[in-house]
This record gives sequence, C-alpha cells and structure tokens, in this order.
Amino acid sequence: MSGVRVLVGTHKGAFILTSTEKRKRWKISGPYFAGWEIYHVNGSPVDPNRLYASQTSGWFGQVIQRSNDGGQTWEAPGGEPEKMPDGMPRGQSNKFVYEGEVGTHQWYDGTQHPWEFKRVWQLKPSLTDPDTVYAGVEDAALFRSTDGGQTWHEFPGLRKAKGHLWQPGAGGMCLHTILLDPHNPDRIFVAISAAGAFRTDDGGQTWRPINNGLKSPYELPDSVAEVGHCVHNLAMHPSRPDVLFMQKHWDVMRSDNCGDVWHEVSGNLPTDFGFPIAVHAHEPDTIYVVPIKSDSEHYPPDGQLRVYRSRTGGNEWEALTKGLPQSDCYVNVLRSALAVDSLDSCGIYFGTTGGQVYASADSGDSWTAIARDLPAVLSVEVQTLP
Amino acid sequence: MIRVALPHHLRTLAHVGKEVEIQVDGTVTLASVLDALEIQYPVLRGTIRDHGTHQRRPFIRFFACGQDLSQQPPDTPLPDAIVTGAEPFRIVGAMAGG
Repeated sequence: MSGVRVLVGTHKGAFILTSTEKRKRWKISGPYFAGWEIYHVNGSPVDPNRLYASQTSGWFGQVIQRSNDGGQTWEAPGGEPEKMPDGMPRGQSNKFVYEGEVGTHQWYDGTQHPWEFKRVWQLKPSLTDPDTVYAGVEDAALFRSTDGGQTWHEFPGLRKAKGHLWQPGAGGMCLHTILLDPHNPDRIFVAISAAGAFRTDDGGQTWRPINNGLKSPYELPDSVAEVGHCVHNLAMHPSRPDVLFMQKHWDVMRSDNCGDVWHEVSGNLPTDFGFPIAVHAHEPDTIYVVPIKSDSEHYPPDGQLRVYRSRTGGNEWEALTKGLPQSDCYVNVLRSALAVDSLDSCGIYFGTTGGQVYASADSGDSWTAIARDLPAVLSVEVQTLP
Repeated sequence: MIRVALPHHLRTLAHVGKEVEIQVDGTVTLASVLDALEIQYPVLRGTIRDHGTHQRRPFIRFFACGQDLSQQPPDTPLPDAIVTGAEPFRIVGAMAGG
C-alpha cells in the first residue's frame, strides 16, 4: 500500500510523520538531532529512502546528515575516520568552502562585507541520482555534492551575477529555494533573499538574474533593479517548468517564460505578503499561498489562519479555512514549510511557527492538524511512497 | 592517552560518551589535541573550529585544569595533568543566547 512521509524540520530537531494513502492516522517519529536547528529535510525522488538533513547550530556550525532507510537511522557522510596508506586522515564532512576569491556583498549599512558561510537552508536531491544533492546556503551560494553529501563544491558563477549588490534580508542572505528543471538537466532556478531569482542554462557554470517585472518600491532605491529583490519562494509544476510562481516579500508573481518576465497575480488576496508558495500535484494552474500580515507582525490577518488557493494560475483566489483556526491564531508559515503529495487526491501540508503541522487530503478543501505541539516548524517536505 | 570531555551535542554527534581518549604524538598543545580529535572523529571537523582557518568557533571554550585557554595561541602547551591523563581537556559550549 502506498503512503506518505512528511519530513519536518524544526528549531529543535527533525520529525517524520507517516501515514497510509488514506492520510487519516499519523505516526510521529522523532525528534531526530534533538536540540539542533533543522532547516531542511528532503528525500531523493529516485530513491525515497535516501534522505538528507541540514543540521545546524549557532554553537557547533553545520552538519549534513544522510539516511538510507527513510529516516530510521542517520549518518554524517564522511564522519567516520578512513585509514589512508600515508597515515593522513581522509575523513571529511560538512565542509562548505567558497570557490576562488571569497569576494564581498552589500551589508546592511551599504558597505561591502565578505562572504561568510553560516548554514544550509535548502537541500535539493537530484532528479536522477540519489548521491547528487544541491545545497543552498547562507551567505548565499549554491553547492553540489556528487558523493552522497560527503564533499561539496560551489558553483561560483552564481555569485558573479552581481553578487556585490546582494544584501541580507532580515533572515540573513540565504539561498533558500532551488528548482531543478525536469525537462532540461542544465537548467536550474534559485532564489535568494535579498538578491532575487537567478537561472542557469548551462548546468551551473553561468547564471543571470531573472527579475524583470519585479517591483520593490518599499525595499529598493531603484524599485525595478536587476538584483536586490526579496524573493521569498519559487514554485513550478514538473510538467510545465517554463511557468514559475513566486511569493515575493510583497506580491505574488508569475512568469510564463522561465523567469524572463514576471507579472503580478496577487489579485484579490487580503495581503500579498507571505513566505511559501506551492503548486498542486496534478493541476499546474492550481497554486497555494499563505497570506501574512506585515511588515513587522508576520502573523495571519485578523488572527485567522487561511490558505489561499487559485485554480486559475493566480489573480482569482479563494480562502481555505475548514479545519484551520479562525480566531486568535498568530503563527507564521515559513517559506519552506508548504508542500504537496502526489496521491490522486492531492494532499497539501504546511507547518507553523507554533509547532502545528496541518494536512489536507482534498486539495485544501479541509484541514486537520496532524501534529500540534512540535517546536517551531522551519520546513516541510512530503514524499509519496510507492 | 589524552582525555577529552565533549559538550552534550558533540557527544551525540560523534556517538561517544562524556569523554573520549586520543593519542597525541609529540608536544601536547591545543592544536595537536584538536588535530588528533578530528582525525579520530572527522564528524567533529568544523564543529569546534573553522574548517579552513582553524579558528575556534565563537561559542566554544577550552578549559584545562580549571584554566580557560580559549584565547591562547594554538601552540600553547597543555598542563602535565592533561598530558598524563590525570585531568580531561574540556571543550565547552559557552552559555549564550537570550
């Protein structure tokens, strides 16, 4: 029988929620890596039992964890000593070093500041090889491992896309979104706060900003600058990778040409500020956002937690409320904390800073809390198991 | 053998108990102890000091025989009680936060 595995990263560890395809009863496993911040847990599309986790701490730095059994056991790749003939140790793990000259980016006060590695925000396993995985990091850069997470190498061409003009957002200067084009293995999209969206068409060697059409009058001196936009999240449907959806700091955006030009599709949303955006598994024009009151509150408008769905690829939105708290709710839903499964009746999942994980087995029509009292949720990914 | 006491999170990361024992060849210094520790437990690389510069991470402290050696140069020799194993070399996660 098929099933669903929900991978939840929180401020104090990782949790794995599992259910059959009915999605009625859930088993919660964890915490894994208790006490550490788990920014992201993600699984390989070609080997669902191969999972990667980003484990990080202000005290002890960055650790990459890997599982080969769906999260039951974990290891830090390269974490065990290897005996070499020359007596020198080979073991290497968790090493993220920028390629070439480190360079500088814009700091909060407008001065230039050197790139400093802090943590991994997103792990994106390859669509074809379970040992290949991409990592989006803070300070913003893209790394790749082709040996199962043991060694990592940067794509330095990304930082050449006007990196000196990038600047940290409130959450740091993070590369938080990676989209791999299933039709074109040389094409990758990434998003960075606060730099914008970028695309490579040559496997990561060269990159260019794809921010034409974005407007940031409240954040940038030049509201239509080529880089500097605070993009919060990107989404695509795998059947239609030329169409991208974006939740920007303000504005929900859509591009029909791989990001070459964007246009706003915020439509009738109560606020166009938010963090995550996702696409229905079977309906490429059905998209989901969670509007949030901002600039400083970062909780749902009117204390009502509402997911908004558009079945028209944007502009026309409906509030989804059944089963969600409609009073006194002041949680946030972070950028990586919304995901979908691919069962026939598409499941939608999101986690909150209040530690709840909500699930819908009917495309968002109704919701149930499948976990209620976890630490603040940083990320949610979903695996549909055969 | 040199005894090294690790903070809780690094013990769980390395799958070890409160203390580990390591062999250090030559002069026993801050750097040589950390080098030997990382050889025996590669998973600890980058968690105590920076991968590239080998600078101590900001919220990590080093203690030996009641002395805070955190600000001492890497080639600082450690006390005899550490060298003989009578006392553990302590790596501590500093109290910080809010």
